[in-house]
Amino acid sequence: MALRIGCAAAPGRAQDNKTGSWRVYMPVVDMEKCILCGTCILLCPETAVSDNDGQILFDLDFCKGCGVCAKECPADAISMIQEEK
Amino acid sequence: MLQIMEGSHAVAEAAKLCRPEVVSAYPITPQTHIVERLADFVADGDLDAEYICVESELSALSVCLGSSAAGSRVYSATSSQGLMLMAEVVFNVAGMRQPIIMSIANRALGAPLSIWNDQQDSISLRDAGWFHLYGEDVQEMTDQHFIAYKAAEQHDVLLPGFVCFDGFILSHTYEPVDIPTQEEIDAFLPPYVPYNKLDAKAPLSMGMYATPDYYMEFRYETDAALQRAGDAISKAGKEFGEMFGRDYSTHTESYRMDDADVAFVALGSICGTVKDAIDEMRADGIKAGLVKIRTYRPFPAKELAQALAGVSKVAVLEKNISLGSAMKGAVGPEVKDALTGTGIDVYSYVTGLGGRDIRKKDIRAIAALAEKGEGNMFYGLRTEVL
Repeated sequence: MALRIGCAAAPGRAQDNKTGSWRVYMPVVDMEKCILCGTCILLCPETAVSDNDGQILFDLDFCKGCGVCAKECPADAISMIQEEK
Repeated sequence: MLQIMEGSHAVAEAAKLCRPEVVSAYPITPQTHIVERLADFVADGDLDAEYICVESELSALSVCLGSSAAGSRVYSATSSQGLMLMAEVVFNVAGMRQPIIMSIANRALGAPLSIWNDQQDSISLRDAGWFHLYGEDVQEMTDQHFIAYKAAEQHDVLLPGFVCFDGFILSHTYEPVDIPTQEEIDAFLPPYVPYNKLDAKAPLSMGMYATPDYYMEFRYETDAALQRAGDAISKAGKEFGEMFGRDYSTHTESYRMDDADVAFVALGSICGTVKDAIDEMRADGIKAGLVKIRTYRPFPAKELAQALAGVSKVAVLEKNISLGSAMKGAVGPEVKDALTGTGIDVYSYVTGLGGRDIRKKDIRAIAALAEKGEGNMFYGLRTEVL
């Protein structure tokens, strides 16, 4: 994307602003433990968690690594792993 | 036409001739006469502009920023504490790439309170992304306004600029000054064509937030544009010289530098005193010269290095202090950097702060200190009151 002079932007969607680069820790789910309750999907402030045919997926373009999903998972199925970029 | 005119009024005339569509400024000593005169122009119908009265300098530059973003040519002026109150917006204007021109009648910063001249105000904001021009006399500072607008509005530049001149020493001094006609300036400075502008039919936001993935690149681009501003200032200065006979194609001006052994580097009105002191020193066999910096941002390092080649000592006269720094002044380290590897000794001399007079004898004394290798110091301290 070429930068627009003066950081000017036309109206758009928040989805144009990917927030994944803010992340230090990334969530990793253990599907052996996951009970598919949907708490992580409900609580994610970036709507970066989804359920795809019984598989929990994290959209790393948007996940900020806040860890709310891991903290609130009733089955303790999500770990926050430090990633190197 | 050549007229005897107060510096501030000459600046106001220059601003008027540039046909700003919006003027917003808050009066502060020693800039007050400029905006008073501009208000008169608007009230009398001599300038077709919106003169927007505000309650502070922060508001003044905010109004200017909004007006510029809406596509207008904009002018403001301030000094000292006023510029400090604007500081937040000063950085935003550059980041949003709005080519606002603002006159700075240089004045000391408090505390202690001082209305007198030094260059601390503008130099303190040297990193904001505005280009800086410094005038030696009323004619030069008047002409620099035309050049500033022309350079700022180039689409490969689109950056704001300060036109700085020493408060009282220049702003309140009457000198003969050649004020161009409106027709001449219209031929030199075409109407402003904005690159981005606020338009309800094509909505746009400026200065949006940039994530860590993008912010550095925006800063890089602003720096690159400021480097290009140097070329644009030089080109506009050359064109101005061809039209009006006063050439500003270079960012520095050399005075008796041909065989100089000790060179002064300075900005602004002090250069006139230095030139007279150099004439006296030359008569006494002292090989002194001056390199005056007209464009301080972008810093003309290559031009300075060429101008100073061959000297043994450089004395940078600093009407500012970078408190807590090793060299004391803000300009000296950059001059020293420009001369890296040449073996030339560079010293800063903080002098003339808060309006203290700088006389020819002081210039001679500073040259003697530089010859002895004594520098990076306050010059002219009254030790009896310390």
